[in-house]
Amino acid sequence: MIDTKTQYLGFDLPHPFVPGASPMADDLDMVRRLEDAGAPMITLRSLFEEQIVGEQMANFHATAEPAESFAEATSYLPEPEDFAFGPYEYLEHVRKVRDAVDIPVVGSLNGATPGGWLEHAKLIEDAGANALELNIYDVAADPSLDAATVEQRTISMVEQVKARLTIPVAVKLSPFYTSMANFAQQLDETKVDAMVIFNRFYQPDIDVEELEIARMLQLSDSSELRLRLRWLAILSPHVKAKLAVTGGVHTPIDAVKAVMCGASTVQLVSSLLHHGPGFLKAMREQFAQWLESHEYTSLEQMRGSMNMQRSGNPSALERANYMQILQSWQM
Amino acid sequence: MSQKTTMTVDGNEAAASVAYRTNQVMAIYPITPSSPMGEFTDEWAVAKKTNIWGQIPLIQEMQSEGGAVGAVHGALQAGAMTTTFTASQGLLLMIPNMFKIAGEMNSFVMHVAARTVATHALSIFCDHSDVMACRGTGFTMLCSNSVQEAHDFALISQAVTLESRIPVLHFFDGFRTSHEVNKINILSDDELRHMIDDDLVEAHRLRGLSPDAPKLRGTAQNPDVFFQAREACNPYYDVVPGMVQAQMDKFAEMTGRSYKLYDYVGAPDAERVIILMGSGCTSAEDTINYLVEKGEKIGMIKVRLYRPFDIESFVAAIPDSCKSIAVLDRTKEPGAIGEPMYLDVITALREAGREVPTVIGGRYGLSSKQFTPAMVKGVFDHLSQDKPMNHFTVGIVDDVTRKSIDYDANFDIEDDNSVRALFFGLGADGTVGANKNSIKIIGENTDRHVQGYFVYDSKKSGARTISHLRFGPKPICASHLIDRASFVAVHQFSQINQFDVLELADEGATLLLNAPYEADAVWGHLNKEAQQQIIEKKLKMFVIDADRVAQDVGMGRRINTIMQACFFKLSNVLPIDEAMDLIKGAIKKTYMRKGEEIVKRNIAAVDESLSHLHEIDVPAEATSTESRPPIISAEAPDFLQRVTAVMMAGQGDLLPVSAFTPDGTWPTDSARWERRNIAVDIPIWEPELCIQCNKCSLVCPHTAIRAMVYEEDKLADAPGSFKSVDYKAPDFRGLKFTIQVAPEDCTGCNLCVGVCPAKDKSNPSRKAINMAPHIEHVDRERDNYEFFENIPPVDRTKIKRLDAKGSQFLLPLFGSSGACAGCGETAYIRILTQLFGDRMLIANATGCSSIYGGNLPTTPYLVNPEGRGPSWSNSLFEDNAEFGLGYRLAVDQHRDKAVALLQKLAEPIADGALIEELINDESHSDADYAAQRERVEQLRSKLKSIDSPEARLLDACADALVRKSVWIFGGDGWAYDIGYGGLDHVLASGRDVNVMVLDTEVYSNTGGQASKSTPVGAAAKFAIAGKEIAKKDLGLMAMSYGHVYVASVSLGAKDNQVVKAMLEAEAYPGPSLIIAYSHCIAHGYDLKYGLDQQTRAVDSGVWPLYRYDPRRVQQLETPLQLDSTKIKGSVHDYMANEARFRMIEKMNPQRFKKLAEASADHTARRVNLYQQLSQLQVHGAGNGNGKDA
Repeated sequence: MIDTKTQYLGFDLPHPFVPGASPMADDLDMVRRLEDAGAPMITLRSLFEEQIVGEQMANFHATAEPAESFAEATSYLPEPEDFAFGPYEYLEHVRKVRDAVDIPVVGSLNGATPGGWLEHAKLIEDAGANALELNIYDVAADPSLDAATVEQRTISMVEQVKARLTIPVAVKLSPFYTSMANFAQQLDETKVDAMVIFNRFYQPDIDVEELEIARMLQLSDSSELRLRLRWLAILSPHVKAKLAVTGGVHTPIDAVKAVMCGASTVQLVSSLLHHGPGFLKAMREQFAQWLESHEYTSLEQMRGSMNMQRSGNPSALERANYMQILQSWQM
Repeated sequence: MSQKTTMTVDGNEAAASVAYRTNQVMAIYPITPSSPMGEFTDEWAVAKKTNIWGQIPLIQEMQSEGGAVGAVHGALQAGAMTTTFTASQGLLLMIPNMFKIAGEMNSFVMHVAARTVATHALSIFCDHSDVMACRGTGFTMLCSNSVQEAHDFALISQAVTLESRIPVLHFFDGFRTSHEVNKINILSDDELRHMIDDDLVEAHRLRGLSPDAPKLRGTAQNPDVFFQAREACNPYYDVVPGMVQAQMDKFAEMTGRSYKLYDYVGAPDAERVIILMGSGCTSAEDTINYLVEKGEKIGMIKVRLYRPFDIESFVAAIPDSCKSIAVLDRTKEPGAIGEPMYLDVITALREAGREVPTVIGGRYGLSSKQFTPAMVKGVFDHLSQDKPMNHFTVGIVDDVTRKSIDYDANFDIEDDNSVRALFFGLGADGTVGANKNSIKIIGENTDRHVQGYFVYDSKKSGARTISHLRFGPKPICASHLIDRASFVAVHQFSQINQFDVLELADEGATLLLNAPYEADAVWGHLNKEAQQQIIEKKLKMFVIDADRVAQDVGMGRRINTIMQACFFKLSNVLPIDEAMDLIKGAIKKTYMRKGEEIVKRNIAAVDESLSHLHEIDVPAEATSTESRPPIISAEAPDFLQRVTAVMMAGQGDLLPVSAFTPDGTWPTDSARWERRNIAVDIPIWEPELCIQCNKCSLVCPHTAIRAMVYEEDKLADAPGSFKSVDYKAPDFRGLKFTIQVAPEDCTGCNLCVGVCPAKDKSNPSRKAINMAPHIEHVDRERDNYEFFENIPPVDRTKIKRLDAKGSQFLLPLFGSSGACAGCGETAYIRILTQLFGDRMLIANATGCSSIYGGNLPTTPYLVNPEGRGPSWSNSLFEDNAEFGLGYRLAVDQHRDKAVALLQKLAEPIADGALIEELINDESHSDADYAAQRERVEQLRSKLKSIDSPEARLLDACADALVRKSVWIFGGDGWAYDIGYGGLDHVLASGRDVNVMVLDTEVYSNTGGQASKSTPVGAAAKFAIAGKEIAKKDLGLMAMSYGHVYVASVSLGAKDNQVVKAMLEAEAYPGPSLIIAYSHCIAHGYDLKYGLDQQTRAVDSGVWPLYRYDPRRVQQLETPLQLDSTKIKGSVHDYMANEARFRMIEKMNPQRFKKLAEASADHTARRVNLYQQLSQLQVHGAGNGNGKDA
């Protein structure tokens, strides 16, 4: 049997295929099915601090303002003791998933405030998560903030979370940094345990009839992998943190490419949502078969073989690559 | 044994606490003011709190009080310790069963928050008319006078009923005691066990029915034995008083709190004695003690055991020195020799052979009318007269029958050593909640005694609240509102310029004012009267811009904790640092469950508060030239000037008897004269963007934005700022068009902006309607609206398409109600009045729609320029369908009478064609009705020349020839639950009535209790864990008759279908039922999204739209038409937006998932069924299948 073992967030995993953060892990039955399909680790959907705060305040104003206003009714909804619009539902879910499966459980967090990142990260750790993925889901839309400030805010937050938590911490990044390599280097210095590249933002669309923004999220396809391959290949020689790829892995060959560019794990979301948990098993088996048929002895042998340092044609990953393609098209 | 543990609770919680712990089964139904008792027990059961036997009691909500007491009776007969809670009409619905429960000698206690029984009007407030109606049931009746007693007597009642086997009606005064917050000693479980004899509990169980020991009860008896058997219970009643006293004594030994059946207080040598029962005793006792100290020889007997009335103990309690007695009843029995307790006292004295020279009776405190020390003294003064008037009233001015006695209204006994604080706030700003918190902080962290009582106005939006808080070194018993305040807080600046909020400020009192100005500018914004009062009363004045502080910390309009911090700073009840810590602790306790962010922001608000508090150096003289504006326009009708305006000013207590009609009749057309100005932002129209769809007008819950088409020449005198454009559509081409806001009626709910489909193409965030600050636009828009109101409405017969848009050109005859901002019900009512208002009779079930429809001082039903408009009445909660049917029967009889007279007078009228047209009129359109009215006028003209009694009669009743539109309005609590039996019968009657069910899927008016309309997965009171049973399909049940027109509608989802259904229902000559989706604050989200949620409900299939029209069968068409297309949204997406569903998801995601799936399955099945029904083939006669679908 080919050795597909890999290491990620301090855990020895039998293979690199990890279900990424998605609604799949909301359901305990699905979590168990993923484990049965061989998932070596499970990442939960992100806890969005902004959403929690928004819901708390919306609920507060919607329920508190009509209360104590009218003689016949001092309130309009029951107030059971175990009800709260807070992170508790998420934390309880962390506990339940931990109890339901034997594989490591990775919590995921998107904070909105410095205090919120820290506070919620600690709560997720306390709830029993084996590791935490910090989901930097931040569109830098404020023109008064320069790039350095945006980056420094994230670096500082990661430093604080790392200092406060004992469990491993991954950072899930977007591709939109002015100097990704430099930023990754800075992140690496925080001793973050892993970087996940890249986040897929909701893609706003325009409803031209209603003149409204339509919020869309389409499942990824393999074409999205190329951006990620480039940055895996560029970053993997330089950062100590493990790298995971998310977005665009739909075939075993996609996974091979990602590992060749330096990924320790490949996160599956769209393909699992599309094909169901059994797809993970198929991916794992076909991945092993490919390695075997190409006479690799282990995943480690292959990992990083096509990164910028080792590929033999590093310029293909840089700007020259772009130029050459254009030039070839012109020809 | 007593642990002397104190808690600060209200009377409902005090009573429920004991009831819950000493019973196994509670069958309940919500009714004000007793609803919280049931709600407390439900919350405790969900929290798995146990009774003294370690069981979690079973709480069962029923469909009515009649149902509740039936379940109680059954549980008692099966041997369970059982209780219930109720009031007023609810208690009356229980009476038949109470006779049975007592007749069968069940050990049972019911807890009643005594409330006025509806007579000429409904009242939710307190008197004893409900409990007095139960005198004949055979129940022991025990009365508590205070919050502490409500707690103590709940236990004593339970002990007594177990011992005596006679059921107990334990009552205390609604609101005054049930809702008063006070610091009391709480009975521990051990103390309860000490009083409850488990052997008697077991004996109760063994008396229950069981096949293991068969027995028979509820027999039918005949003249031979019934009488004797009825007398067999006598010995049990004879010993009840002794048992009650013995249990009181046992209780006193345990707790130190001693009670007598008839407690005497006052001078041992009293010559004048009053006798009364309930919370009035507390203020009376304070007054007597005050006056006795000054040498008065007066006293009072507090009646605690009213039934069985123990003559011996009662008479013994009267001092030998007594020369005159006044018996004060808090009820009225018209036609009786005297009120009930007066008659009891007369009989008791007579039977005991006790001579008291003067015994008179009087009435006080009906519907929570204030009963003050001044009135108490007035009664004693009256007793001093040589020939005091009997059957007097106190507290009102009766200038009709002259039965009221005079008193010195300036007399008061307020304790100058106590803090007496008044807080004027708005419901939405949280003032009451914060004050309840303050009372608990002081009550539970100091040795001070506390009392809080809260007064609300009658509106559901922008409600004014007045909190009365007392703190002092001595126990506070006073059951009357504060007479002289040492502290006055005005939480909304507009109130100080609208109302006389400083009237009760004592000299030298502290004034805390929230003002949206810099501190040094506040004085300049006060009106002349307020400035003068501040100067003359030497008030110490402090100001804070609390709104700005709240805004800065992200709390919106919630200023309560900011003002609370200022109160503690200024009142010195506690050291300020300690107070701030306690406020923050209370914030954490109150809000931690609701979210940490809420805690953080509230604490930030408190931290910011004191640095923004400023003392004002009060000038020596008033500088303002502005006077307080009149409450109502000088152009309003006389009655509104004389009566309504006084009530609106909060001075209704001053109105004499002669101001009112004796039968409760009240003029309509009053709310439009009220200018509330409660919106922060109002909609402003942008004509150039407007597509003239009229949707803003259609959905407005408060008729605060209206559409009009009119001829250009009407603009001659228009204000310069009045906006007008050419009307675009062909139906009124050539006319001008305006959308106009009523700036002083708008509540700022935002629904109009949300529904507006027209956007600026260059800046889609700008619509044809946009919210803008009220303060910046009100003056201009007030002028514009006044001009708009005077433009004659379009001739309704000229409207070609009576759809959603066309309906909005009709004059609304409903508006400016006190409904919640964003209410989902009121737009339906307004549209109905636009379509049929001048022919409408409305029967309105008790509930939200009767409160915003008929709660004084102002009511929203209007009249048109011809003086016609809806005529409205409310009978009860449970009988509304029958009530409305009665209208129809009467209306039909009136028409038949007119027809008969027409036929009889055919010869002198001498116009056969006119008579035939009048009789055979089948009007359906506005043009038809106009023609029929014209014919009636022609008839009247001819009748003038006919000299006969019949002609005069016909002249008087000729309007009956114009078809009347009978409407029956009510909520789902009525239609699905308490009134369902009657509704079913009325629909089955085949009569021409129209039923409008305003379906909020919950008992909205009483605070969100589950009804059978509550959907699967929703949290509601009594369904805290989420309702498991699917919503009743009322429409399908009605359709099963085949002859009932049924429609399911949603204004947010399909407005044209709403109007179409209304027109069809009204035109249908049989019973019609429209079920209207009505979003509600009890759904737990900002109602500005109400219409969006309606759309989601329809798109998901949860709320299918349809019309079932039996007439279609005649055309061989299937009667059911589905108006909503196939499911295109998910049930989960619909549910995810409302707290009532999210609450379950948050508490138990797995359970919620199952409930959501069940809801989706049920929805899919229901839609599938409807689709199949809508595709049924209808066969014509002759094929053997008749015409049935």
